[in-house]
Amino acid sequence: MIELLSQPWPWWAAGIIIGLTVPTLLLLGNKHFGISSSMRHICAACFPAGIPFFKYDWRKESWNLFFVGGILLGAIIASTLLANPNPVQVAPALAAELQGYGLTDFSNMLPTEIYSWESLFSLRGFILLVVGGFLVGFGTRYAGGCTSGHAIMGLSNLQWPSLVATISFMAGGFLMANLLLPFIMRL
Amino acid sequence: MSDINHITTSFQTTTPETDFEVRSLDTMCVNESHLQHPWYYNFKYTIVGLIFGIAFVKAEIVSWFRIQEMFRLQSFHMYGVIGAGVVLGALFVWLIKRFKIKTIYGEPIEFHPKKFNKGQIYGGLVFGFGWAMTGACPGPLFAQIGTGVSVVAVVILSAIAGTWVYGYMREKLPH
Repeated sequence: MIELLSQPWPWWAAGIIIGLTVPTLLLLGNKHFGISSSMRHICAACFPAGIPFFKYDWRKESWNLFFVGGILLGAIIASTLLANPNPVQVAPALAAELQGYGLTDFSNMLPTEIYSWESLFSLRGFILLVVGGFLVGFGTRYAGGCTSGHAIMGLSNLQWPSLVATISFMAGGFLMANLLLPFIMRL
Repeated sequence: MSDINHITTSFQTTTPETDFEVRSLDTMCVNESHLQHPWYYNFKYTIVGLIFGIAFVKAEIVSWFRIQEMFRLQSFHMYGVIGAGVVLGALFVWLIKRFKIKTIYGEPIEFHPKKFNKGQIYGGLVFGFGWAMTGACPGPLFAQIGTGVSVVAVVILSAIAGTWVYGYMREKLPH
């Protein structure tokens, strides 16, 4: 069993679990699936600085922080007890492209040439990790949700503004990955 | 008098729509429950998150490579994950509405429509850039650090900083 679970899971297994999370949270306490709001709650709890956007009772939303804490714990379990010893499978076309940028280590799900403390202090690493992270936090809040709040929960509830948001996420991602990232990766 | 009335009405109609600031931006995470529970009741959400986090890692949704493949149309994987999640989620939301299913505490389950604002386009594009750069949306960020890659802490802090800066300059941004 452990051996089976340690293999990379197929897309439908994750799809089923994500699909079941939506009604589970609703049934457990009327909670609408969403993750990026946790970062707003962290801002409200730690440094509200008198900004109206962060003036609300974050304790009422603390279930979201418990949920996010669970994601962290689950990831620890998955990468220790259920660790996959084999290198990550990467599409051949992508592997060829990445090798052109000096990325050759496919042993981990995060490329070590980018996700390391040494890389953080290089221009490329700084842009990808620090600027990229900033855009994730800024963009999700500006859009009012992320992949979970809009693409999963919003689309499940047939909300057209969520479809607009999801299309914008994908458009931004395609632009970055295909047009801008090749320049950043060569830095 | 009628002039004043006219001015008042026209003023009201031109007052910018601000309701989105209160609800729409975060509808999905506003707590609708009116019940007061001790804080440790929240641990049931930790259990849900735990299973979710295992799936995130084991199905490689946290993988930078899978996200790059998705944005280059080199793999079906992420489309399958999100597509299956939406289809199943929509089915359950429909069932909950259709049969007026209540929560385990007997409260009616509420849904709120999301209002459109231009932030969903501008912010969506900005997030898309960040998603392709970091290979992570907010959920996977928390899972990535759980896989033991410590430098992800910087990415998370940066994302929290981005959230804060949005809150700081929100009034000046087009919505």
